[in-house]
Amino acid sequence: MAKTISPYHYKDGLKDGIPIGLGYLSVSFGLGITALSMGIKALEALLISMTNMTSAGEVAGFIIIAASGGIMEMILTQLVINLRYALMGISLTQRLDSRCTTRHRLLMSFGMGDEIFAVAASKPYPVGPSYFYGLMTCPYVGWSLGTLLGAVAGQLLPADLQLALGIMIYAMFIAIIIPPACKSRGVLGTILISVGMSCCLEYIPFFSFISDGFAIIICALPAACIMAILAPAQEEENDGGREAAQSDT
Amino acid sequence: MTLKMFYYMLAMALTTYLVRMLPFTLFQKKLTSRFAKSFFAYIPYAVLAAMTFPAIFSATGSITTAICGFAVAVVLTFCKQSLIVVAIGACVAVYLGGFLPF
Repeated sequence: MAKTISPYHYKDGLKDGIPIGLGYLSVSFGLGITALSMGIKALEALLISMTNMTSAGEVAGFIIIAASGGIMEMILTQLVINLRYALMGISLTQRLDSRCTTRHRLLMSFGMGDEIFAVAASKPYPVGPSYFYGLMTCPYVGWSLGTLLGAVAGQLLPADLQLALGIMIYAMFIAIIIPPACKSRGVLGTILISVGMSCCLEYIPFFSFISDGFAIIICALPAACIMAILAPAQEEENDGGREAAQSDT
Repeated sequence: MTLKMFYYMLAMALTTYLVRMLPFTLFQKKLTSRFAKSFFAYIPYAVLAAMTFPAIFSATGSITTAICGFAVAVVLTFCKQSLIVVAIGACVAVYLGGFLPF
């Protein structure tokens, strides 16, 4: 690790985090609606968002809770879905200044999300704890507040509007996966394999014994594995936060 | 909150945190394997795709309105609209689709 002190302060991070926070607010609003539709209470959804801050992991968690799945299933699903944060963490360790001690890293790792990582990693100079905490602030507030608003607003809305909002999180997922699929054959192949398997598991009666949480793993692992062999990703796509801030956590 | 719910929450929060924290605090080297990098890059899309399909078609209580919402989401995404525009557009399409006679 370089013996440098980052030129960025808490204030800089806070400013960089504002667009991410606004994006999170809308995604987590959809998340709150989804939680409600799966029978999860507003405060429970808020607590889950405050302790996880990740859209894909939380939706998978809701699915397992709604289906009364097992705890082991929950742990394995969360592990696989959030595996990418491990890679981001490893990658970001190369971009930290010397003030990032283990104590700070314990707290910083809590804010490791796609957009926060992308912005921090794309800074021209290494980042320190204060900048990173500033960067985490708006997204964390936006994510928690959005979930609560979604879950509460969902309860107050008439039934037909509630149903209409049920598609929100899935529409966002589509908006996240299509653009990279147009640019990369690897991503496109991954999505097609995963969707194909997911439909098989859902519609072929023989597979009905597989619970929803495990189904996600059974689809995702081989899809990513096969395409990582057939069409490995191009080197380091480090195009920074601007584009990433559009995507999800 | 039931005890089972508490255990679910604990399992989610702990697993997610440990996955984020352990490599970030313990790892010192750079990842070089092309397969590992690609695998990690593709996993989020695989997960999102599996969760979206076919679940999206039962997300609105009616396959007709769900297809309306899905179609509008895809079209808006191809028109390079932002996440929130795609989301709201899909919701409006589902709502209006509810007035279709079939």
